[in-house]
Amino acid sequence: MADIDPLEREILAAVTATEDEAALETIRVAALGKKGSVSELLKSLGAMAPEERKSRGAQINRLKDRVTAAIAERREALKHVALDQRLNSETVDVTLPVRETPAEAGRVHPISQVVDELTTIFADMGFAVAEGPDIETDDLNFTRLNFPEGHPAREMHDTFFFPPKPDGSRMLLRTHTSPVQIRTMLSQKPPIRVICPGRTYRCDSDQTHTPMFHQVEGLVIDKVSHLGHLKWILEEFCKAFFEVDHVKMRFRPSHFPFTEPSLEVDIQCRRDRGEIRFGEGQDWLEILGCGMVHPNVLRNCGLDPDVYQGFAWGMGIDRIAMLKYGMPDLRPFFEADLRWLSHYGFRPLDLPTLAGGLST
Amino acid sequence: MKFTLSWLKDHLDTVEPVENLVDKLTMIGLEVEGVEDKAKALSPFTIARVISAEQHPNADRLRVCMVDTGTGDPVQVVCGAPNARAGMTGVFSPPGSFIPGKNITLGVGKIRGVESHGMLVSEAELMISDDHEGIIDLPAEAPVGAPYAKWAGLDDPVIDVNLTTNRPDCTGVHGIARDLAAADMGRLKEGQLKPVQGEFPCPVKVHIEEPSLCPAFALRLVRGVKNGPSPDWLQRRLTAIGLRPINALVDITNFFTFDRGRPLHVFDAAKVRGDLTVRRARDGETLLALDGRTYRLDPSICVIADQKGVESLAGIMGGEETGCSEATTDVLIESALWDPLNIAQTGRRLGVNSDARYRFERGVDPAFTVPGLELATRMVLDLVGGTPSEVVVAGQPHAQDRVIDFPATEVKRLAGLGVSLTEIKRVLGHLGFFVAGQGEVVKVAAPSWRPDIEGKADLVEEVVRIVGVDRVPSTPFERDDTARKPVLTALQVRTRKAKRALAARGMVEAVTWSFISKAQAELFGGGAAELALANPIAADLSDMRPSLIPGLAASAQRNVDRGYPDVALFEVGQVFRGDRPEDQLTAATGLRRGLARAAGTGRHWANGGGEPDVFDVKADALAALAAAGAPMTALQVVPGGPAWFHPGRSGTIQIGPQNVLGHFGELHPRALEALDTDGPVLAFEVILERIPEPKARATRARPVLELSPFQPIARDFAFVVDRAVKAGDIVRAAQNADKKLISGVTVFDVYEGKGIEPGKKSIAIAVTLQPRDKTMTDEEIDAVAARVVAEVTKRTGGTLRG
Repeated sequence: MADIDPLEREILAAVTATEDEAALETIRVAALGKKGSVSELLKSLGAMAPEERKSRGAQINRLKDRVTAAIAERREALKHVALDQRLNSETVDVTLPVRETPAEAGRVHPISQVVDELTTIFADMGFAVAEGPDIETDDLNFTRLNFPEGHPAREMHDTFFFPPKPDGSRMLLRTHTSPVQIRTMLSQKPPIRVICPGRTYRCDSDQTHTPMFHQVEGLVIDKVSHLGHLKWILEEFCKAFFEVDHVKMRFRPSHFPFTEPSLEVDIQCRRDRGEIRFGEGQDWLEILGCGMVHPNVLRNCGLDPDVYQGFAWGMGIDRIAMLKYGMPDLRPFFEADLRWLSHYGFRPLDLPTLAGGLST
Repeated sequence: MKFTLSWLKDHLDTVEPVENLVDKLTMIGLEVEGVEDKAKALSPFTIARVISAEQHPNADRLRVCMVDTGTGDPVQVVCGAPNARAGMTGVFSPPGSFIPGKNITLGVGKIRGVESHGMLVSEAELMISDDHEGIIDLPAEAPVGAPYAKWAGLDDPVIDVNLTTNRPDCTGVHGIARDLAAADMGRLKEGQLKPVQGEFPCPVKVHIEEPSLCPAFALRLVRGVKNGPSPDWLQRRLTAIGLRPINALVDITNFFTFDRGRPLHVFDAAKVRGDLTVRRARDGETLLALDGRTYRLDPSICVIADQKGVESLAGIMGGEETGCSEATTDVLIESALWDPLNIAQTGRRLGVNSDARYRFERGVDPAFTVPGLELATRMVLDLVGGTPSEVVVAGQPHAQDRVIDFPATEVKRLAGLGVSLTEIKRVLGHLGFFVAGQGEVVKVAAPSWRPDIEGKADLVEEVVRIVGVDRVPSTPFERDDTARKPVLTALQVRTRKAKRALAARGMVEAVTWSFISKAQAELFGGGAAELALANPIAADLSDMRPSLIPGLAASAQRNVDRGYPDVALFEVGQVFRGDRPEDQLTAATGLRRGLARAAGTGRHWANGGGEPDVFDVKADALAALAAAGAPMTALQVVPGGPAWFHPGRSGTIQIGPQNVLGHFGELHPRALEALDTDGPVLAFEVILERIPEPKARATRARPVLELSPFQPIARDFAFVVDRAVKAGDIVRAAQNADKKLISGVTVFDVYEGKGIEPGKKSIAIAVTLQPRDKTMTDEEIDAVAARVVAEVTKRTGGTLRG
């Protein structure tokens, strides 16, 4: 025993004192290698009497186990230290800025977003989306819509025209998306439920008007739909679009050539420091025009007004975008100022859905 | 259309407060734009008497007045008006009141050392007239202490109605009163129309050359009138609605224009030579009109002429020469009917807006032509005296009867509102319709003043607007049981997806004008005569755009000029190849400039900074096409593009030479110069209609996924080829070496320079082999590799780089 304990103390002290894995290996070889001090002790067993060998052997093996364990433990510790040292040397400056993901920098124009919102709401109510050309005939833009001869809208002062053709007719830039309604009635059999979003044009340019703007119209033709349904649809639309629980709407009699009866619709709101809130307040804000499709328009599309009936409405996409999202002016919609687009535009992954919310 | 409350009450017997009347007007379709109540602004001002007026001790032109305001002790007021004097009655403004004409709030002040506790005001200071010569000087009987506005009759609210074009009857107060009476707001005062007996034949005859322009013309002479200023009540009426009183005869015509929607004209008979002829103007004729402007006329314009020539722009404005002045003693009163279309066209052509035009272009009640003349004669006799002639009438002043067969159920059918026949009859009756019959279908005759009524739907509107649109019950609109299918067309889906895909690449969507300048349109392959606007709003917005690039380039440059040089913009919108519907196509177009790369914009410490290149916009174009559903493996990219691209740095995306989907590349420096845009600018444009329609599939299930249990093997090759050899050809050649085994070929290095002889380049590709049914042996792999080398060498003339 006298020789084992000092040896163990000596080896373990050396193990503990070691600071690198190479020195530890030297210690291991010196103790447990073929000619190591512990191995030498084991070799001495062969010369012993069985009794002594048994007790002495057990002692030496325990010594070997303890030394082995101590070395393994120390090796593990040294490995951790070395890893820590390596990792410490690999430090980077995590405050360096990374590039913004392109999907975060890109923007969809408010008009596109609002068209997607409208489509989502009306698709849920069973409406399809119809489109037509920007360059229209006088017939589809005015005549079939019951605009009388000499109506001011038919003048060069209000409408963009193209040069006359040899037969005297002239194409024009549509002044509303109503020709799409006519095209739909001429090409489809009722029941018809469509919305018609698109670009429209009028010779107008000032603070609140641009020569080009966007409209969405809706059209329902069947044998039963009446003003009560129209009211319901528009109320449902306004609640969904403006994302409020209640809206109060005011339907006022008005006049358009293509509807009879005709109505204008105001929505109740509160204006507060440039912000408009719907579903509260005392102000009325005009948002759209609508009415029952005029019997002459139905006739002009080959439909018998005593059999078929329906309604239509129209509103400015740019305008309802301004009302919902608070842009104070119309003109910047078409100026492509990156600052404006970045501020009022929408991230590409913000797809409006009814399930996930139109704008959240 | 403006009128005052008291004017309305001349025609409507009502006890309703003005708020109710205003709300009701709006709800029956006569939208009230505003109500101006002067009484509110004038409420602080009261009638006061000047007890004494002494010379101010320190100022020659000021007086110190003691004023009895009717409340408590007299107050001291310093006044500078020349007419301030003891004993006069005036209008007092106490401290704290707001003086509208001076835009100040009055305080107690010292004027040259003397305290002044208020002010005696002029009409100008109250903004009731331009008179600032002196303070208001009231008759002695004006009650001291009483509110001035009420005593002076200035507390009459002015109501402004925004009339729709279909309601000429409501261009007169009487018509508005009729609508209100029908809507239970009071009783219409019909009044008695007693014709004035003529005492001699009218000496002036009327000839109408073209009855379609002037269906009727009634005329009468009144001799021996004493014209002068009209009475206060009439002047006040006209002033209240913004008209300037002229003289009694003229004011009477203006009064009936607004009272009855019946424009009239008065000629000074002494200045009219011979008979009156209604005819088209002759080229070169001119008229100095009552607005002081001289109008050059032509045969599209209808005029009233005498022997001397044109005297009046028919239905729009009279001539200066035959106008009535205070010297007029004999007056010809005209009440005529004019063709609304011609009036509107003439008005627009000459740029004249008059109260007469406003009414005649909407359609004046034909049946009221002669009664209107009688009313005016009566008032002329009352106000300026004289002896009336008989009336001469040329033409036919009667409206045609319009009788409509009206099923009462029509209201329910179109409006969803149940209204009893009794109520329908009551409403229509109050509005002046004649209803006959008791059965399911009644006969309804429209009154002469309602030219807008054509058929059943119009009658439904009349009933619904009067009983109240708010009574129409909101009725749920049933979605029928048709299957829920996508509602967007293929093109709409493509448009939508292309937008989101481009935005997801860091680009910002712009919406630019559909029209550009002719020069730019021509530069981009457009500029056809059929696409040039006849009346552009500006010279640089004259032609329909053949491409979105010019608009985006201009937008980019504006951002550069604002100090934002890194621009990545896109637009998905219409381009025009002709004026037929099928010539309108949808382009997805984008451009990048400055440091706006796909990976990120601006300089960056890590990498990727720098200017965008052709491959950024090639990737943009392909991203838009992929999102829009293009068959990506079928697309070919060939060098070169249209003339507005750099010939060596542009490409065309096509499916065979017949179907070109679009282009990408660096814009040609000459194009940039023409667009006035700083380069370099990289751009792409793809046409979404050109994407082939995918085959319709019966099921949404994806094809079976085949996964190989064997690992793929990659082998790299580098070839030295001529500089002109296209990487795409190398890739295709490698792919063709074994179409079954080779699952992918990528280019991972392109090198020119040291170690490669001039005129050559090195292209390194990685070829992936995907074994399907067994692990490949080294020999098998080597065999495929050899085929790759052989194929590439054969197709491109390249050599394997050692």
